[in-house]
Amino acid sequence: MTNEDSAHTIRSRIVAVVSQVIAVGIAFLVGAIVLLATGHSPIAAYGAVLSGAFGDLYAVGQTLTQATPIIFTAIAFLFSFKAGLFNIGGEGQLLIGGFLAAFVGISFTGLPIYIHLPLALLAGAAGGALWGFIPAILKAKLDAHEVITTMMLSYVALYVTSYMVNFPFKAPGWVAQTVPIAPSAELPRVLHSTQLSGSIFLGLIVVALAAYVLQRTTLGYEIRAIGLNSAAARSNGINIQRGMILSLVISGAIAGLGGAGEILGVHHRYIDGFSPGYGWDGLAVALIGGLNPFGTVLAAILVGALRSGGLVMNRVTGVPLDIVYILQALVVLFAAAPHAIRYLSNKGVAITRVLEWLLAKMRAALERVKHIGRRSDA
Amino acid sequence: MVDIIDIVNVGLLAAALRMATPLVYASLGGLFSERAGVVNIGLEGMMSIGAFFGVLTTFYISNPWLGVLVGVLAGGLIGLVHAIVTVKFAGNQVVSGTGINLFALGFTAYMSQTIWGSRGASQSVQGLGTITIPLLRDVPVIGNALDTLFSQTPLVYIMFLVVVISYIVLLKTPWGLRIRAVGEHPAAADTAGINVYRTKYLCLILSGMLAGLGGVFLSLGQLNLFVLGMTGGRGFIALAAMILGGWKPFGALGASLFFGLAYALQMRLQSIGLLPAQIVLAIPYILTVVVLAGFVRKRVPPSDYKPYSKE
Amino acid sequence: MLGENGAGKTVLMNILYGMYRPDQGRIFVYGKETKIDSSAAAIKLGIGMVHQHFMLVPSLTVAENIVLGREPTKHRCLLDVGRIENHIKALSDRYKLGVDPKTVAHDLPVGLQQRVEILKALFRGAEILILDEPTSVLTPQEVESLFGAIRTLRQQGKSVIFISHKLKEVCKICDRITVLKRGKVVGTVDSDKTNSDELAEMMVGRELVSAFEKEHLAPGETVLQVEGLSAFNDRKMLALKHVAFEVRGFEILGLAGVEGNGQTELVEVLTGLRKAKTGEISLDGTLITAASPHDRIQKGLANVPEDRQKDGLILDFSVQENLILGQHDISPFATHWSTLNLREISDYARDLIQEYSIKTQNRNTVARYLSGGTQQRVVVAREFSRKPKFIIACQPTRGLDVGATEYVRRKLVEMRDHGCAILLISADLDEILALSDRIAVIYEGRIVAIRERAGTNELDLGLLMTGGKCDQ
Repeated sequence: MTNEDSAHTIRSRIVAVVSQVIAVGIAFLVGAIVLLATGHSPIAAYGAVLSGAFGDLYAVGQTLTQATPIIFTAIAFLFSFKAGLFNIGGEGQLLIGGFLAAFVGISFTGLPIYIHLPLALLAGAAGGALWGFIPAILKAKLDAHEVITTMMLSYVALYVTSYMVNFPFKAPGWVAQTVPIAPSAELPRVLHSTQLSGSIFLGLIVVALAAYVLQRTTLGYEIRAIGLNSAAARSNGINIQRGMILSLVISGAIAGLGGAGEILGVHHRYIDGFSPGYGWDGLAVALIGGLNPFGTVLAAILVGALRSGGLVMNRVTGVPLDIVYILQALVVLFAAAPHAIRYLSNKGVAITRVLEWLLAKMRAALERVKHIGRRSDA
Repeated sequence: MVDIIDIVNVGLLAAALRMATPLVYASLGGLFSERAGVVNIGLEGMMSIGAFFGVLTTFYISNPWLGVLVGVLAGGLIGLVHAIVTVKFAGNQVVSGTGINLFALGFTAYMSQTIWGSRGASQSVQGLGTITIPLLRDVPVIGNALDTLFSQTPLVYIMFLVVVISYIVLLKTPWGLRIRAVGEHPAAADTAGINVYRTKYLCLILSGMLAGLGGVFLSLGQLNLFVLGMTGGRGFIALAAMILGGWKPFGALGASLFFGLAYALQMRLQSIGLLPAQIVLAIPYILTVVVLAGFVRKRVPPSDYKPYSKE
Repeated sequence: MLGENGAGKTVLMNILYGMYRPDQGRIFVYGKETKIDSSAAAIKLGIGMVHQHFMLVPSLTVAENIVLGREPTKHRCLLDVGRIENHIKALSDRYKLGVDPKTVAHDLPVGLQQRVEILKALFRGAEILILDEPTSVLTPQEVESLFGAIRTLRQQGKSVIFISHKLKEVCKICDRITVLKRGKVVGTVDSDKTNSDELAEMMVGRELVSAFEKEHLAPGETVLQVEGLSAFNDRKMLALKHVAFEVRGFEILGLAGVEGNGQTELVEVLTGLRKAKTGEISLDGTLITAASPHDRIQKGLANVPEDRQKDGLILDFSVQENLILGQHDISPFATHWSTLNLREISDYARDLIQEYSIKTQNRNTVARYLSGGTQQRVVVAREFSRKPKFIIACQPTRGLDVGATEYVRRKLVEMRDHGCAILLISADLDEILALSDRIAVIYEGRIVAIRERAGTNELDLGLLMTGGKCDQ
């Protein structure tokens, strides 16, 4: 690579990151306006979020715990997006995965942990894979919009798991949940007194694997080719159907694995409604992270912080937690239109230039005043 | 023992009509957007915003019709946002729509909590009420049936009007011709002197307004209050109805009636208690998937949805 | 308005039609200085344009397409369909264009589509008509027909700007000729006071070399054999009807024909993107009729597609990634575990960039930023360096400047000289005549003639391309 090119690439990478940061900044700004308009102090609210997310070791642990399933769902969305497909059913795939993991965790006893746990995780991944396979095959063979089918299946997953946990698998008592899973299926806790489990390490491994597959394997090459130009991919011998199906199946499996991690690591049983929308967070996070596996981890921590800090914010300041969703949505809208950032920054540049000019004028005036002062001293 | 007449009767048809109405509005919204060449995944969010603002307005002003107006305008505003992102900035249409859906969810929940202190539901407000078409009762033989069928909230009757107007506008007027040209071959429309951007903007605003109207129906026309997530995926089902109906107004009506019937059946089955609630609730969604699987191949979309840019 | 590809003719006309904005300069219409900032403004000034790529909305009728933007209405808001159709019919008759207003646009043959475009301009009261490369999609006979229509327009007092790079036509139909070269006007001459050599010199700055240097080689064994091939197009109509031909080693078979006569479908069937209804295809003796595109590539088929940006390249991939497309999953570029062998790939890319003089900063540049000629070099490099047995080259020099065109043609001949069998599909008769050893003509899905290059001329081909008979 010539020097000029490395400089160019680095520059464009920096621009991309800065754009994302600006987008997040603007989102927070708009959020602040909403807060002010509804009678809350943005400073108090954001401050509560910050301290609630990172204030002490427990807070950091909770932040990372919230971030973990989001890492999975974000990578899941990213993986399908690379093939040009929109898997917005991550939430449903997560639920199915979580339930099947619980099922395996409950149904088998007497197995050693190094068999039971992987088995349960595998079941979760398989469940998610199945939930990704249905829209995949419908898309590949029948051209059915994967946006609508994944969305619909998400609802179906919601109802199916709800049914399962309210009827056949319901534990005695009031709460809609199953009996606990066997200890041999539990993902060990990582940070004492927090809920942070080994699931986060699993998540990081998945991120690294996803990045590797996309950049270093023929499957990843084909998936990216299909996503960027399926006509050329097809003309040059790539099997489009196979690529699309694999990408959605893997995408679903990752989301399902995230659900399994959540159940096996945090809750240790399946609870109806255990996911406050991790699937949706995943979508936003993938976009905030610039559709890049490593940016995704950072963005997941950010959103995890918003969630766990948001709970504290809600307790302390009474600000509804949903401000977090509003912020996420705004960033997603900016992610849809990257040129918007440039447009706004061009306006911003104009404003900065005016400010600079003003500043220069003021400095010149100050110099003159000082000069006069010195003359009178002499 | 449940008699078949308890399930399949005129009441069912009346319910089907009621359940179909928001789908008709939303799918007409989707139709105008897609005919102009922009995919609108954000119908769900636009419906929610319409539902919310309808109730909000009525809560403060006590006039449900004003609530309808504001709900519609709010939907149109969101349509404008979608237009700015996808037309002005040539942004990804699916991402934009998804962002809109997320925004609507967060915004309505936040405002609900702030105004009524409850994240899940608002307070009750005055609804639009029902109107029965007079004289139908006197029709021989089927008079009673017709009477039941046509005792609906006014937005249902308006829906038929809107379908007819949409049909005429889209297929029989110059504006409709231009919309179709802009969606199918924007370069040709541009060289014919048509303002492609303005047409897309207007269609997206209209799309938001129609979806907003569908949302208002759900809140002011049925429950008389706002519930978080009350749209329940109807924005997506409306898209399926739009596709099934071949991107034509009467097609959208027919497809929506089909889904409406499914919803009505689902409600009946739920009240009878034959099957567990959750399974029954899943019916419309499974049906949508089946419909898409079975019919998409046969339908040709009216546009390639690529953003248009002049050099 | 005469000039090569890239001379600036289309840009200039697009400015006149309000599609582009000029950075400098003035425009006077009927003596008045004006700014043309939209097509609507141009139309109001009486300027009408018939584009090279037709601007017809496929699902609308001829009448609807023509009145689009200026629709006559009844009751102020409904389309007055009857009045529209009568008006169009009257216009069509007056200018002897022979167009039926009720036909739906996507059912029209190319020649008629062009007539509709002309009618569109006339309907809007165009007094100044701009025709952008109007003959590029017409047969010689249709060209004559068009010239007749242009003469009628001239008789009726219209002004016509005829944009072309074809010397002979411009000399024939135009009164005055302005030559454009690299964005500058070289000069304006009266057509009856000049000749092709003078014009060629103005246009290119050098004597046009009409003959292409190539050796005469004896053809080798049959490499590609096609028998009884029939196939449907996307509209379920038969696009190929019992096509049969063979291409031999050390030979270029040129396939001449007006676009839309089955060439696209033929390429799709040969590359494996479309299933044939009947017939067999064999490559080097092996039947490949049912083989996947992937297998055909492995068996030695190479394809330089018509639309390099759509089918040939993945614009957002780097040059390096594009160079292994089609071979990315085999050794040495892929390992046994299906991972990519980056070292091998980058070495290969570096070699190809050097060998084919691909003008790029480095192998990681994204293909989107390359010029058209360079992009085509990437495609050619990728396809040819696989040492294929059979190459399909479809419109390989379309949209390329003179230098790139010469390069691609030279490379094709080079491959032929090394033993490759080449099927050259082109709508450019000059190219076919320059490069081919044998020439076939396709018309309405049938191969209507296959003959040696020697003794075939443009007129013969023109006749055959429209289904006429030609005495030999």
